[in-house]
Amino acid sequence: MAKTTAAKGRYWKAHLKCVGVLLSIWFVTSFGCGILLRDWLDQSFPSVGSAPFGFWMAQQGSIISFVLILIGYAFWMARIEDNLEHDEEDAK
Amino acid sequence: MSQDHWNFLFIGLSFALYIGIAVRQRAGSTSEYYTAGGGVSPFANGMATAADWMSAATFISMAGSLAIGGYDGSRFLMGWTGGFVLLTVLMVPFLRKFGKATVPDFVGDRYYSKAARFVAVICAIFICLTYIMGQMNGVGIVFSQLFGVTTTTGVIVGAGIVFFYAGLGGMKGITYTQVAQYCVMAFAYTIPAIFIAIALTNNFIPQLGFIGEFTKGGSAVPFLEKLNTINTDLGFTKYTDGSLSKIDMFCITAALMCGTAGLPHVIVRFFTVKNVKAVRKSACWTLLFIAVIYLTAPTIGAFSRVNLISSLNNTAYEETPAWFKGFEDTGQMAWVDKNGDGKIQYWGAGKSESGKSGKVFLEKKPSFKDEPEGPRGASGERVLTNEIDTDSPNELWFGNDVMVMANPHMGGLPKWAIALLMAGCIAAALSTAAGLLLVLSTSISHDLMKKIINPDLTDKQEVKYARYAALGALLVAVWFGINPPSSFVAKTVAFAFGLAASSFFPTLLMGIFSRRMNKEGAIAGMVAGIGFTLSYIIYFQFLGGTKDQHLFGISPEGIGFLGMLLNFAVAAIVAAFTPPPPKEVTDLIDNVRFPGGEETEAVDH
Repeated sequence: MAKTTAAKGRYWKAHLKCVGVLLSIWFVTSFGCGILLRDWLDQSFPSVGSAPFGFWMAQQGSIISFVLILIGYAFWMARIEDNLEHDEEDAK
Repeated sequence: MSQDHWNFLFIGLSFALYIGIAVRQRAGSTSEYYTAGGGVSPFANGMATAADWMSAATFISMAGSLAIGGYDGSRFLMGWTGGFVLLTVLMVPFLRKFGKATVPDFVGDRYYSKAARFVAVICAIFICLTYIMGQMNGVGIVFSQLFGVTTTTGVIVGAGIVFFYAGLGGMKGITYTQVAQYCVMAFAYTIPAIFIAIALTNNFIPQLGFIGEFTKGGSAVPFLEKLNTINTDLGFTKYTDGSLSKIDMFCITAALMCGTAGLPHVIVRFFTVKNVKAVRKSACWTLLFIAVIYLTAPTIGAFSRVNLISSLNNTAYEETPAWFKGFEDTGQMAWVDKNGDGKIQYWGAGKSESGKSGKVFLEKKPSFKDEPEGPRGASGERVLTNEIDTDSPNELWFGNDVMVMANPHMGGLPKWAIALLMAGCIAAALSTAAGLLLVLSTSISHDLMKKIINPDLTDKQEVKYARYAALGALLVAVWFGINPPSSFVAKTVAFAFGLAASSFFPTLLMGIFSRRMNKEGAIAGMVAGIGFTLSYIIYFQFLGGTKDQHLFGISPEGIGFLGMLLNFAVAAIVAAFTPPPPKEVTDLIDNVRFPGGEETEAVDH
């Protein structure tokens, strides 16, 4: 069941887009909020409970967002693969 | 029942469980030995991967480094969990589709050369060995605490146990054993945290207590504010501030993340599920299970710091709780009465004359003059032979790694909770060490012996070589477990991640996402990356390099990040001047990029 080159190309592009978007979120929540911008976030963002925002992101928030990112990845990729199947049917 | 009885009861029960599972699931074929035959459910695999992942470093050392470093400890939290995201989206689905059991196998085929395979095997050996060293060190600490013996004896006892069941069951045995281990670890880690959260913050969810109010002893103040005040009063930096520079923090976190994504023993785990779709589900479960423990670690760190200081600081030695003397006997804590008042004083760097160091003595570890039973000092303490640091008034020394184990004692928890924790610590160290040994022995028997040296090996001989290799690796690990390359377990492990980041991560990434990368580029990149990182680490950890010689202020823990950039750069340059890979290889790349068809390839019954 060979897939058409065009369908494969679309699949790969969609895949790269998915990875790109998710990894940008990944970078912002960890390196961005937890390290690079943390002083600024501590100052100007509302604190989480009694924890300054940047500190909380570094110790708790980033981990929570990583879990959400992976759940998003599983769903998004499942959709892309469904589309690939449809592409295949169209080609037949 | 005494504490010892409880400990042995819990550890005995947990071991009976693990061994029972391992024996039931004994591996029959090589495919079962290496990848459990490819038929484990995503949920179970997620749990097993989480157990594999959470090593002694996580379990024993991470909360300790959070307690001591405060914000600085976040590098481990973000680094290890964030790396898992990279691993899942950039590596695992493709390698799973490729369908070979080991990372050197992928490198060997993708870069169509024995030389590339050989370099990858060497890298895998270095990474796994460094990682196992950290585990053995952790195992030693736990067993020394358990039997009241020295760390050296503890390491040797632990090594025997690791070897016994890593060799016994193979991957199939390990997978289900690790499911059991995860459960033990999760309970052991969260239950003490819940008890202490109730005692300190009147909130039974530790994560909410952590950002909530400190209520012990009447008036309520925000918990983190209380902790900051304790820290600054004693001359430490604020708990929420930390003391690492931004660039060092960035590089260490990045090295841990990319290293995680290049760790051979975790990648292998995903070969045990059915297909790429199951891999993604399994990864979600794994990270969720990991998050349960990682979100608790900062709370344990913070709570135990408060407890440690309130129960030891300014307490006369005779009046210290029994657990302090227990840790002193096994050499995990030490006290030098610098001002001769018979009381323990704990001070930070801010109280020293130079304002820079809070050291009790100049050496890294305490060396005791006599055995615990021997003659004692003026107040009854164990006498040290170390050179005392007169710059700082600090009198209390304790290892990072002891915090998690001391935590339930400090919180005054019931004996069974402490016993459960001990069982959890052992589960953590053993599960990772066993997984690593398996990968290491596979690399040697499968990739080195079968694919490079003697292609005629039978399945049986291959498994035999794998067992010899495991034994050899363990002996080396024992030696370094007794003489660890750094002061605490998490740091030793961080070196392993640095090595993985500088060697496998770029090579695998380019192998999947670049169709132009060829064998010359990959080999040159790996050699340059790991060579640079390894020499930097050896120079600063063993040959006496000092802090002000650090390149751009990056410590050896974070140098893997630069090593990785170097790997990318060297590989790109070399590949540009050498011929592109042949057509079979670009076909292979196209094939791994698309899902489907992998089930028939990987599961051979």
